[in-house]
Amino acid sequence: MTVIASQDIASTFQNIRDHALSRWQELWDGSKPIIMVSAATCGRSAGALEVLEAVKDELSRGQQDVQVMEVGCMGHCYAEPLVIIKKPGNPTVVYGYITPEKARRLVKDYIQGEDISPEFALGALEENELIPSIYDLPRFKHEKYILLENIGRIDPEDIDQYIAKGGYEALANALQMQPEDIIEEVRKSGLRGRGGAGFSTAQKWEVCRSSPGKIKYLICNADEGDPGAFMDRAILESDPHSVIEGMLIAAYTIGARHGYIYVRAEYPLAVHRAEIALEQAEGLGLLGKNILGSSFSFDIKPFQGSGAFVCGEETALIASLEGKPGLPHHRPPFPATSGLNGKPTVINNVKTLAYVPPIIRNGADWFASIGTEKSKGTAVFALAGKVVNTGLTEVPMGTTLRQIIFDVGGGIPKGRRFKAVQIGGPSGGCLPESALDMPIDFDSLKEVGAMMGSGGMVVLDEDDCMVEVARYFLEFTQRESCGKCTMCRLGTRQMLSMLEDFTCGRGQMQDLETLKELAEDVRIGSLCGLGRTSPNPVLTTMRYFRDEYKAHIEEKRCPALMCHDLIAYYILPEKCERSCDACVGTCTVEAISSNKQRVKVIDQAKCVKCGTCLTACPLQYNAVIKLSPPDKVPAAKG
Amino acid sequence: MKTVSLTIDGKAIKAPEGQKVLWAALDNGIYIPNLCAIRKASEPYAGCRLCFVEIEGRNGPVTSCTEPVAEGMVVNTQGPRSRRLARTALELLLASHPVDCAHCAKNRSCELQKLCSLLGVKLNTRRFRKLVHNLPIDSSCPNFTYNPNKCVLCSRCVWTCRERYGVGVLGFAHRGFDRVVTTFEDKPIAESGCRVCDECIEVCPVGALVFKDGRKGTPGCAEVKSKTATS
Repeated sequence: MTVIASQDIASTFQNIRDHALSRWQELWDGSKPIIMVSAATCGRSAGALEVLEAVKDELSRGQQDVQVMEVGCMGHCYAEPLVIIKKPGNPTVVYGYITPEKARRLVKDYIQGEDISPEFALGALEENELIPSIYDLPRFKHEKYILLENIGRIDPEDIDQYIAKGGYEALANALQMQPEDIIEEVRKSGLRGRGGAGFSTAQKWEVCRSSPGKIKYLICNADEGDPGAFMDRAILESDPHSVIEGMLIAAYTIGARHGYIYVRAEYPLAVHRAEIALEQAEGLGLLGKNILGSSFSFDIKPFQGSGAFVCGEETALIASLEGKPGLPHHRPPFPATSGLNGKPTVINNVKTLAYVPPIIRNGADWFASIGTEKSKGTAVFALAGKVVNTGLTEVPMGTTLRQIIFDVGGGIPKGRRFKAVQIGGPSGGCLPESALDMPIDFDSLKEVGAMMGSGGMVVLDEDDCMVEVARYFLEFTQRESCGKCTMCRLGTRQMLSMLEDFTCGRGQMQDLETLKELAEDVRIGSLCGLGRTSPNPVLTTMRYFRDEYKAHIEEKRCPALMCHDLIAYYILPEKCERSCDACVGTCTVEAISSNKQRVKVIDQAKCVKCGTCLTACPLQYNAVIKLSPPDKVPAAKG
Repeated sequence: MKTVSLTIDGKAIKAPEGQKVLWAALDNGIYIPNLCAIRKASEPYAGCRLCFVEIEGRNGPVTSCTEPVAEGMVVNTQGPRSRRLARTALELLLASHPVDCAHCAKNRSCELQKLCSLLGVKLNTRRFRKLVHNLPIDSSCPNFTYNPNKCVLCSRCVWTCRERYGVGVLGFAHRGFDRVVTTFEDKPIAESGCRVCDECIEVCPVGALVFKDGRKGTPGCAEVKSKTATS
């Protein structure tokens, strides 16, 4: 591919950008107030569409001309639904926890009136005297936005807004560069694949580029399947063009003519927005034949996967794309030399591709200046579990877990104690408190037995049982195992059955040894990444929480009072209030009765341990407790 | 064809370039445990996880069915790490296999028995829990029975039926522990277009596919009845 007519590319793009900029200025600097509703999947499940409806309805009663926009996820999922209001002459304010009623009030009081309603505000997007800036929140001390820069700030269904924010400039620049120079730039930036393993992106591209053959493919892996991970979904839903631009640059570099976005069918909104984005990009000549007037042509098709976890593995993904059952096969050959239809294929994660435009735009040195020595740039995490501020965060590599969980995430809710953090989903590990001050990057996580994985971060507190957590993840992997290889098909099943026995109090101490040996063998002996990483949750919990395993096996006790078979509910007679019978009425199996002193007693033989009595017991008495092992319950008197 | 020289278990051998270590070893009288290997298949299935070997200069054990021979390569088929993996894989298979050899038509020609004696594993291994399926036995065909509970999912019958003879009656269904060799819509084999060529029975390494008249299949059929390559 020769570089022809650089000026033409530049001037064609300039026209597109000028148009986009003038539209953006008209919108942003115009006299109309703007109401943005954060309506990605997370916002919608919190009620963003109802909020949007209420806003529109309330506006329809007034005379004012207001621009209402649907934007993506800002990352503050804990405070969804979010509404951002920009009113000329006032600071732009982010409002959180908005209900349809609050939305109506905002429209009446602020849009139609003058009350900026600070009681609903999370913060302002710019410094001002009325409302504290959102950037004063402790999380922004640590966060650095590259991928999340635009999300929640632009309408994902309007390509011009992306272009106005600097989008597709990198593509125009790249098309005027030699592919080798782009590889060199990406190499210098130190970009490593964000799918989990952290392989050098430049190296992958180079292998594919130098592989013989005219036909090459580029695949964007958006088959995000880890429980508790939603970064790729948020990016595709909120800023799809950043991924498409990254794909275009990658395709130009490796010499691909066709590309696919392999996205799971469970992400309908992501699929929908990707389709709209592709259509709009094609409409502007940024996709399709002779992109920006150059000789480079590329098209992208979204492909909906059926939701098999194993299809996130490269070779299984390719099999699925070819219409075959999604089963992995042995590597090498790696897809970069022989992939889709046997042709050289690059498969990159959504985030990896989305990093490419900023790298080309701002230069490799800028990217390489962020992060640690061997892991450059930022890391996007999906914070979930027992943490106050659930949602997305983006921090430079090398940030510590403590900073992420306590400063960005706001710590553990209800004053509970932090116990562990599960990183990297079913392939990752559980790290204890002692790992909190470790700077995290690809290599440090691997050292302690976890892995970056796709970036899911599930925080666990003292009420979470680590044996149960290991069992949960193993149940997931054994169900998602394709069943092709012995180690994964039967090994994970055997491990699961041992863990089930532990959580039911049927375990033996020698099982612990067998479990460890088997976990090691499955890790080394499995065919693909799913099997090889599946023992990680078991190995790390055994390494850091061995005492809990021992308590389950030797004392039949669950220290976190979580394992159903190892606990019993008990009503403390000294705390039980004689005149109250809240628990008696709620008990689903009539296991609670009053004794002669009118103290309530649970018939352990009838009790199904549903926990309703514990919830029902009024806070001022707090008489219902959980005991483990169950035989700690004192024998009933009278 | 170009040949390369390598050493397997101290024995210097020559093998055609591109050949996988497993076949180079088998061709030279060195046995490496295997169940799913098919010489004629276009790419190795690599599912049974038994054929691990250790190669000098490599970090960990590798499956010999996927590893091409290389000039000067030094292979050890009996290294402790590779043997440990093979034993674990075999024990996993046995733990999910109804071990009832005395009543099995495959008794004494079963490859699981052979592997057990080679790897020093007891047929009734107690290391793992017994997790067997309880699926119905298919005796619809006049001359053979299919017992899915005994199947080790080596894929030889599926490959033979589909790739070698182009019939495609047998295939895989379901995932994980539930994965099973079956027919389209789980119909009895006789109603699925089976041509009763008996080739799947010949290649089955265990007692999953057996002749009703007690005839034995070709023993030690790692070669999968290849006309050109019977050693």
